[in-house]
Amino acid sequence: MELFTEGDPIADTKAPAGPIEKRWDTRRFEAKLVNPANRRKMTVIVVGTGLAGGSAAATLAEQGYHVKSYCYQDSPRRAHSIAAQGGINAAKNYRNDGDSVHRLFYDTVKGGDFRSRESNVHRLAEVSVNIIDQCVAQGVPFAREYGGLLDTRSFGGAQVQRTFYARGQTGQQLLLGAYQALERQIGLGNVEMNARHEMLELVIVDGKARGIVVRDLVTGEISTEMADAVVLASGGYGNVFYLSTNAKGCNVTATWRAHRKGAYFANPCYTQIHPTCIPVSGDHQSKLTLMSESLRNDGRVWVPKTKGDDRSPKDIGEDERDYYLERIYPSFGNLVPRDIASRAAKNVCDEGRGVGPTKLGVYLDFADAIDRLGRKAIEAKYGNLFEMYERITGEDPYEVPMRIYPAVHYTMGGLWVDYDLQSSIPGLFVIGEANFSDHGANRLGASALMQGLADGYFVLPTTIANYLASGPLEKVDASHPAAVEARTDVEDRIQRLLAINGDRTVDSFHRELGQIMWEHCGMERSEAGLRKAIDEIRALRESFWERVKVSGTGEELNQSLEKAGRVADFFELAELMCIDALHREESCGGHFRAEHQTPDGEAQRDDDRFAYVAAWEFTASGEPSVLHKEDLKFEYVHPTQRSYK
Amino acid sequence: MAVTGILLVLFLVVHMLGNLKIFTGETSFDHYAHWLRDIGTPLLPHTWYLWIQRTVLTVAVVAHIVAATVLARRARAARPVKYAHRKKVRGSYAARTMRWGGVIILLFVIYHILDLTTGHLNPQGDASNPYGNVVADFAPERWYVTLFYTLAIVTVGFHLRHGAYSAFRSLGQQTPRGERRARAGALVLAVALCAGYLVVPFAVLTGLVS
Amino acid sequence: MNLTLRIWRQKGPEDKGRMVTYPVDDVSPDMSFLEMLDVLNERLILAGEDPVAFDHDCREGICGMCGLMINGDAHGPQRGTTACQLHMRQFKDGETIDIEPWRASAFPVVKDLVVNRNAFDKIIAAGGYVTAPTGSAPEAHSTPVAKANADAAFEAAACIGCGACVAACPNGSGMLFTAAKLTQLSLLPQGQPERYTRVIGMVDAHDEAGFGGCTNAGECTPACPKGIPLNTIGRLNRDYLAATAKGAGNTPGS
Repeated sequence: MELFTEGDPIADTKAPAGPIEKRWDTRRFEAKLVNPANRRKMTVIVVGTGLAGGSAAATLAEQGYHVKSYCYQDSPRRAHSIAAQGGINAAKNYRNDGDSVHRLFYDTVKGGDFRSRESNVHRLAEVSVNIIDQCVAQGVPFAREYGGLLDTRSFGGAQVQRTFYARGQTGQQLLLGAYQALERQIGLGNVEMNARHEMLELVIVDGKARGIVVRDLVTGEISTEMADAVVLASGGYGNVFYLSTNAKGCNVTATWRAHRKGAYFANPCYTQIHPTCIPVSGDHQSKLTLMSESLRNDGRVWVPKTKGDDRSPKDIGEDERDYYLERIYPSFGNLVPRDIASRAAKNVCDEGRGVGPTKLGVYLDFADAIDRLGRKAIEAKYGNLFEMYERITGEDPYEVPMRIYPAVHYTMGGLWVDYDLQSSIPGLFVIGEANFSDHGANRLGASALMQGLADGYFVLPTTIANYLASGPLEKVDASHPAAVEARTDVEDRIQRLLAINGDRTVDSFHRELGQIMWEHCGMERSEAGLRKAIDEIRALRESFWERVKVSGTGEELNQSLEKAGRVADFFELAELMCIDALHREESCGGHFRAEHQTPDGEAQRDDDRFAYVAAWEFTASGEPSVLHKEDLKFEYVHPTQRSYK
Repeated sequence: MAVTGILLVLFLVVHMLGNLKIFTGETSFDHYAHWLRDIGTPLLPHTWYLWIQRTVLTVAVVAHIVAATVLARRARAARPVKYAHRKKVRGSYAARTMRWGGVIILLFVIYHILDLTTGHLNPQGDASNPYGNVVADFAPERWYVTLFYTLAIVTVGFHLRHGAYSAFRSLGQQTPRGERRARAGALVLAVALCAGYLVVPFAVLTGLVS
Repeated sequence: MNLTLRIWRQKGPEDKGRMVTYPVDDVSPDMSFLEMLDVLNERLILAGEDPVAFDHDCREGICGMCGLMINGDAHGPQRGTTACQLHMRQFKDGETIDIEPWRASAFPVVKDLVVNRNAFDKIIAAGGYVTAPTGSAPEAHSTPVAKANADAAFEAAACIGCGACVAACPNGSGMLFTAAKLTQLSLLPQGQPERYTRVIGMVDAHDEAGFGGCTNAGECTPACPKGIPLNTIGRLNRDYLAATAKGAGNTPGS
């Protein structure tokens, strides 16, 4: 059977024509407005309370809409945006080092390996400056210089210092800023907050997204919530790999359920593997911990020159070390973009030069930096990261070089959206990591926080008004046949999972799925591997539905039931990821196909055949998905071979 | 707690200084004790000042106890189910013994008033001769009285060590340097008061004062 | 490593709950504490028993979702470490480990080791913010902030809202959490206009939620995985006294 069929091409019809600098202004002017008095009568559902969801819910409530917000955590403050360490980019040019909106735009399109939409990226760069203003006004304690002004640093492959940061906890501080704005609105009664609730289905009435079905994770109660529009800000799907830097609860269910109801899923194979994570220590491993990329500003990456060199790093002399990033990429050195750094680490480990007990690791050495700047300066910059490393590994990075290895970190793919961030289902908006829009095939460091907040604070609140202004929509409640059907589906699915009562735990399936994905759909992919993976995933999924054991009932706090539902959706997504990776016969950004590389092992794009967004339409379970292509046009940044040499 | 506590500490300091006058001899000490009843004269009639001070102190003690009781009741209500695994003390021992320490101090104060103010529990009980009362009280054969006084004063010391530091904190002490100073100050105060109070009974016990 | 765990099991808010003993064998010292619980749960599920419910999410010590009383210590024996970052190398082979939920009436038990910390959100909603609606912000560099203040604000802002301070406090007080947010915002120029209404609002919300009062016992800071300093509470007290003196900052010119 064919793996997929090809349907009609699609296009983003919302981005205005004209000079790129004017498009967002034009769109804002052309967008219809909602009368403040009418906003109160309109309800918007926001799923997820991370940077995108939290900022969107707060802003929509400030504008006067009635907002219902949902998160699976016990508090909106815990969304996984909180774990972002390094920083947030903004084209402020406070350093006078040649930065500008255009340069941030250019860097992001190029960093994304020419697989993102120019209009969207330019808008992102424009709003970036407003984000910093907004966050400072909220009391976000950014790092400052002695003069009292904001400090910035260079980050992840950028040659200008445009990254604003709050020690190694930038995500936390930005999220708490958004969370506090959200709590203010909750206190004022403008937002109805539903923590410990998980969205399990989307409700579509007359072709429009009108509500969601949620499960109260404490009582198990299933309810249907209706609204005028639905916003998904449910994050990425990195946990399909089981081991990733995502939080344990991160999942694809909200977006996948929307996909099954008709929302196109774009570029699912674009996953970012972060180069600086703490290596796996054993089979018990439940998650991977990221060490901020900022460490590469001062740390030097190396492995021994000879294979199987088991000596302690201290005994390996300077001339016996291979500082491979500095050697291969002399102009960017240790600061090459993430995809390149990750693959280079994989290559040296494949050559048998990896270090540590598993041989899947490379050194990140601070000895030179400590000599040059002193231990105090290093402590001030990275103290908390060094402590974290020591807690986890039991080794002191001031004395022994850190060991790092790449790990799944971020997913550039997500639900397809137009310039208005609206999916292929009218009334369903998707923001933050959950959508596909701004990072192309690879995301630059410190750009995820920027995109989440840009979408939530500035873009969505403008564009959603245009949709809502086209109303008023017909009033519907939870008794509408479409809502009842969605709810029944959810209840049936839960009953099905509970009834299997097999002999394997959810985690054992998830771990096995993760191994398949890491092996065949990870840092390097090949046709044979992907085909094998698809077969294995299908077999494993069948086995899951026959053998999984979920204890307890649906009417209580049941963490194994929650996991089972999420893993069931990961199986379906995993298959689509492999199909997408298989069909994209080129290498670009985070997607590296072994068959498509330059003679010196760099990613080989094929712009003639693949300069498009692959938007996948779900047909029916077991039926091939339909591929819709959105051609990418590059009017301002001419695609070139990315070179960081 | 902080404000009433500070009032009580001020009283303790003055009271201690008065006690130390015992080393200046019987006549001087008795004269001092009688003078206390004449403070404020002729503006105020005899012993009026003393009664004003006693009233203020009683109000402070009562307010101190009421506030402590409110806090203790809130603490009980805030943790209705106790931990099965008893917690080690990670903060200071003094902080953990404030409540029971306070009760012990209260009992001591009552005994102390009946002993050396009203004279009911004093072996001599002669209001005109406080010096003699003190000497009789801490006589070597009444070692248990000295022991009880010692324990009570040490309890006061612990109470003060946390109490004084805590009072600064409650009144807004907010810098790390200030915190170090407050802790050191509280410790010095506690030790000084303990020493100042204990030197009297021990002087009687050892015959230095007789 | 072989361990004996004694874990608080409670089916729901109404259940009385009890400590239940579970032996766990073959624990690797490289496992995190939560991974060790994962191993136990896998076994319980396969044996048809109800796995132990515990809160956790990021497992890198920043989301604040995990929180266990381990041998009477909030987040376990290692200072400055959340339960998810605590590794088994901190324990000895053959040890018995008691695991309990946070105990506070403001944090009612939901199930087993899971508690409801919604009271913290209510404290924030009562004033733990700067009123700065989206779009209204001035240029970021228009107000410089002295580096010392910015750094101290950051130090207080590092709070992850896990509730360990409440769990460790002999009074069940949430003052360190409240003070951390107040300190952050009162040290920054952006937080000044609402400084005094904020402190009154947050302290009232704290008291209403049923937390105990602070007696400066000092148990919270050693238990805090982020080491929020105790002197934040001094700042809270100072602002609170000033606010009550000024009538919550509503007097013009004060």
